[in-house]
Amino acid sequence: MNVRIDTTAPTRRALSRPDPWCAATLLLGVLALAFPLGAATDEAAAIGWLDRPGSLVALLALLGGAGLGLARQAGVVRGLGPAGYGFVLLAATALAMATALDVVHDLGAAATRGFWLVVLASWLIAWRAVDGVAAFSVRDLRVQRAVDTVVPAVFGLTLLFLWEVLTVGFGVPQVLLPAPSMIGERIASSTGTLWADFEQTFLKAVLSGYVMGCTAGLMVAVLVDRVAFLKRGLLPLGNLVSALPIVGIAPIMVMWFGFDWQSKAAVVVVMTFFPMLVNTVAGLGAADAQQRELMRSYAAGYWQTLVMLRLPSAMPFVFNALKINSTLALIGAIVAEFFGTPTVGMGFRISTEVGRMNVDMVWAEIAMAALAGSAFYGAVALVERAVTFWHPSFRQRR
Amino acid sequence: MTPTAAPEAAPDAAASEAVPAPSAARASAAAGGGPVVRTQKLSLTFQTADGPVYALSGIDLTVEEGDFVSLIGPSGCGKTTLLRVIADLEQPTDGDIQVNGVTPHQARLERAYGYVFQAAALYPWRTIERNVTLPLEIMGVPQAERRARAAAYLEMVNLAGFARKYPWQLSGGMQQRASIARALCFDPDLLLMDEPFGALDEIVRDHLNEQLLNLWNTTGKTVVFVTHSISEAVFLSNKIVVMSPRPGRIADVIETDFPPDRDLDFRETQAFIDVAHRVRMGLRQGIADDD
Repeated sequence: MNVRIDTTAPTRRALSRPDPWCAATLLLGVLALAFPLGAATDEAAAIGWLDRPGSLVALLALLGGAGLGLARQAGVVRGLGPAGYGFVLLAATALAMATALDVVHDLGAAATRGFWLVVLASWLIAWRAVDGVAAFSVRDLRVQRAVDTVVPAVFGLTLLFLWEVLTVGFGVPQVLLPAPSMIGERIASSTGTLWADFEQTFLKAVLSGYVMGCTAGLMVAVLVDRVAFLKRGLLPLGNLVSALPIVGIAPIMVMWFGFDWQSKAAVVVVMTFFPMLVNTVAGLGAADAQQRELMRSYAAGYWQTLVMLRLPSAMPFVFNALKINSTLALIGAIVAEFFGTPTVGMGFRISTEVGRMNVDMVWAEIAMAALAGSAFYGAVALVERAVTFWHPSFRQRR
Repeated sequence: MTPTAAPEAAPDAAASEAVPAPSAARASAAAGGGPVVRTQKLSLTFQTADGPVYALSGIDLTVEEGDFVSLIGPSGCGKTTLLRVIADLEQPTDGDIQVNGVTPHQARLERAYGYVFQAAALYPWRTIERNVTLPLEIMGVPQAERRARAAAYLEMVNLAGFARKYPWQLSGGMQQRASIARALCFDPDLLLMDEPFGALDEIVRDHLNEQLLNLWNTTGKTVVFVTHSISEAVFLSNKIVVMSPRPGRIADVIETDFPPDRDLDFRETQAFIDVAHRVRMGLRQGIADDD
């Protein structure tokens, strides 16, 4: 592996001021030892560090990581770059967080200062670890890309960790905010329901509405571009339609197209049509004068010019609309289900389970919607990269 | 037809009107040795918000078959406008113009000319090869022949190894050479070039000038070439049309008789310097009139 030499070696000035993350972690960690992990209850005595040797090991790992950082800075430890140190800290953080999760589920709301100080310390060390890993730079593009995904992953996992520890450790009522583990359990135990909802909302309503809306928008854009009076007549009208509030049109679509997915697809069509129309109309004008005159000099016909020049040069605009619409479509379908639906669908599930105080199920649906929406967007973005590889924003990656 | 086919001369097709096949159009152009481009009292006035702009005024110009004609003049003298009128990209407001004996509009529909723009104007989503074959695709040439012709013309402009590259992976000079191959590949007898090397540095420009001269010698095509470089105009042309601005008009026409196999060193000879001097005087006169 060809790791670039780090030129940001600690300077004399930096030596005088110790790494704030490491120093704070050391301070907090040592302070944590002075407090018990869990408070005394009626049945049991306070839980100390020696009752939980695993916690002690985890805390020592954190302290070791912080100490190593200070030693690095002082020049006692050499040959460990910022990225390498980041990975060491990452390991310590993983151990500390895993242990903390284990402890907090045993203690519940009995967790006390000793525990919270360790959580704080592991958060600080996680921060410092990500800071180090983000500095990782290597020539091999595949390795670099893999490491680049570590940073957002650690970031997300740390958020989940804090969410879990805070909700369990402070005994937050699940109606307000269920712990991630609870949501995960709910997802695992109701895969059948979730799949049925996904099928109803995403596979039927969103996808069909998206395809119809985007196709119609594209075709009408070509028509509008061809027929001058439509450009002046239809575009302002389309603007009006796009300004319609979705909560207004959804009940009407339910009346027109019935309770099943067709009415939701209709809402999605209305929502996705206009962004595609406007973007494509703009895109069809994107080819520059010389590129057009070239076609003219070959006496190319309207359709030849459209297919060989104007549609390809409109593609960045078309994909812009496809990406906007991928998220709009999901929102539209879910919200539309609030206005009448058979007893299946993501929007239906959210509205009924919220009424029953089954908030974990609501969060499970939200998680699924987030996942499906991101995957959809990601898929469109991948196709975009393949189709508009020639656009300046993608060129350097080829 | 082969890429380097000389224009055939069919004496009986002289007055043939508007035959929409390219080869037939060429025959009508070459027929009877009539001029490729002939303008009489050609004028073009743009109506702008600041009043009329007299881009062209009373232009009388004849381009014979096989000529290399350079239009030279300061910016605003209408040289590009004149080229665009020949290409039917602008409409004259007065006077007559014939291209291959027909109107520019008809000539364009007959695909009489290949146009090279100031910028390469390559389509970035097409490989170099498919950019070169673009006019052939439009004209419905079968794929096998398209590829063969692209290979031949890319070879001619020294881009043989770059067929599979995309335009943005090539330097500016290479892009412009690809655009010349594109203008040549459907074998038009008339090449219209609008400052094709204007954006390139002098070393590349010299090199391409030499290549273009060689190309003209070997193919016998008629070229109308817009430039604002005196040495480029004198080096390349057998007829230099000096234009002056406001209104755009012809100040001087200089015909030269330089050896066809001249190289860049020819620019050091007295004959070259004399012609360059006359061009410079013509340009100066045009500016002086303006002041």
